[in-house]
Amino acid sequence: MSAEKFSNPVVRWIDHRLPVFSMLDHEKYDYPVPKNLNYFWNFGVLAGLALVIMIVTGIVLAMNYTAHVDHAFSSVERIMRDVNHGWLIRYIHMNAASFFFIVVYIHIFRGLYYGSYKAPRELLWMLGVVIFLLMMATAFMGYVLPWGQMSFWGATVITNLFSAIPLVGESIVTFLWGGFSVDNPTLNRFFSLHYLMPFVIAGVVVLHIVALHRFGSNNPIGIDAKGPQDTISFHPYYTIKDMVGIAMFLLLLAVAVFFFPNAMGHPDNYIPANPMQTPAHIVPEWYFLPFYAILRAVPDKLGGVLLMFAAIFVLFILPWLDRSPVRSARFRPVFRIFFWLLFIDCIALGYLGGKPAEGVYVVLSRIATVWYFLHFLLILPLLSVFETTRPLPKSISEPVLATAKGVA
Amino acid sequence: MANTNSKPAKSATDPREVGRRDFIVVATYAMGAVGAAAVVWPLIDQMNPAADTLALASTEVDVSKIAEGQAITVTWRGKPVFIRHRTADEITRANAIDSSELRDPQEDEARVQKPELLVLVGVCTHLGCVPLGQKTGEVKGEYDGWFCPCHGSHYDTSGRIRKGPAPTNLEVPPYTFLSDAVIRIG
Ligand code: HEM
Ligand code: FES
Repeated sequence: MSAEKFSNPVVRWIDHRLPVFSMLDHEKYDYPVPKNLNYFWNFGVLAGLALVIMIVTGIVLAMNYTAHVDHAFSSVERIMRDVNHGWLIRYIHMNAASFFFIVVYIHIFRGLYYGSYKAPRELLWMLGVVIFLLMMATAFMGYVLPWGQMSFWGATVITNLFSAIPLVGESIVTFLWGGFSVDNPTLNRFFSLHYLMPFVIAGVVVLHIVALHRFGSNNPIGIDAKGPQDTISFHPYYTIKDMVGIAMFLLLLAVAVFFFPNAMGHPDNYIPANPMQTPAHIVPEWYFLPFYAILRAVPDKLGGVLLMFAAIFVLFILPWLDRSPVRSARFRPVFRIFFWLLFIDCIALGYLGGKPAEGVYVVLSRIATVWYFLHFLLILPLLSVFETTRPLPKSISEPVLATAKGVA
Repeated sequence: MANTNSKPAKSATDPREVGRRDFIVVATYAMGAVGAAAVVWPLIDQMNPAADTLALASTEVDVSKIAEGQAITVTWRGKPVFIRHRTADEITRANAIDSSELRDPQEDEARVQKPELLVLVGVCTHLGCVPLGQKTGEVKGEYDGWFCPCHGSHYDTSGRIRKGPAPTNLEVPPYTFLSDAVIRIG
């Protein structure tokens, strides 16, 4: 029956036995999407594109990379100087990693602003947080591979976080290292896992999409589509809108790759790893800085580690912290103010994470850390009860039609 | 025994009855789980240090060449080890404080075999950076021992933690004097 949809006889023959074309068709045409999505809804597709770019460039890098402490650094230099187009492939891999995080951070803040984590999308949101965690692990291990000074000392500091765990901490760290310090066994397993994890991410992305398609996209006014008058088909309307975003994304990525390839990296990583000397000022990659600031804000080792993980864990329980029935910040005047304060707070944490841990920076880090947790643990639950929200439109079409009449 | 039951024996098809069949099912699952764990264990344990890593040789150092007030750094198990020939002033300062007030209370005496020779694993007990203070001209922190630049831990002239996030003193590795001049670490 569905096979008749296709005019190409080969497609029809295959689809009758393996209905993949029907499935694609179903997603393209039959999947109703709210008609009022803005450009912030591009970032999911962009994240998917970034993942594909990472996997493709990563696999070709791996063809030229050597995971050994004596050869890793020089094999990466060889990629940069001798391998055909190696410089291009590596710069794409490096910069696309940063762009991946930019895209995902915008994607997350989009969800925070429009209340996309609320029922019935809690699992969709939580799967997103899982992807975020896996991305951080993948990027961390990838950064170790070139075996520069920042690779080595980043790996040392981050793996040592686990030594804060009482009793078993030291054994866990030895287990992670496969020795008594970050060394060749560590580099080997990080390469193996760095290769594996992007495919695990791809698997979780599939679950993320399955959960998304159960109830469809949220939208800027945060109310459910009431019927066909509120939706349009994904293709061609959103495919074309996504193409605009993809073009912008690729343009900016090209600017970074060709003109500022090392702007988001650290020069010390072009110094080969030296286990005997820590660089004067070690910092992680920029996308970890807010969490690094939280880690350093606490004057206690275990406390700092716990708080850093709590900063991510609190996102898991967010759907149950914010109980307000109104999703979109457009109709939540007070929430909107606090949203922007949180946004500034996160930027501030990112800035402070890159500064030395001394003097006024420590004090400011502490204030910003306290505010981060206050926002989620106190302000959001209180707002759910005390905020007076603005009246919601009756349907997605209503505000659109109202302005259309006003214009006419 | 059977006639002590007030109710007649339930039929085997009654889903609520915990019968011999359920026992067999549970036992099978349990055996399966034990078997799976036995297979997974080697796959996990391979990540722990291998035999050659564990067999790493000890390091021998001639300490007679270190002049008073100077320090050298040697490698042991892939980590830096600090060896400092302390001045009389440094030793006095290390003993001048009441060690019970420290975060990780330890007498200076318990950390040395000869007071002038301090041997430490040069790895910050916070998150593993190598503290500064070995070379002349490097910052030594507020207690004139070592300073870890990563997150600001200050160690004193006995390598004890005095300020900053590190929880414990710099570790003293096991070492023995082979002669007056040579020590073996490990
Ligand atoms: C989630 C996707 C991925 C992320 C976020 C990611 C991130 C990174 C990062 C940050 C680096 C360090 C770049 C540098 O400073 O040199 C790196 C290096 C590397 N990655 Fe990936 N990666 C991903 C996927 C992959 C995949 C699928 C492979 C395939 C095997 C791969 C192979 C490599 C190799 C061989 C290197 C070392 C060469 C180099 O440093 O440029 N990556 N990765
Ligand atoms: S590693 Fe030394 S203070 Fe953090």
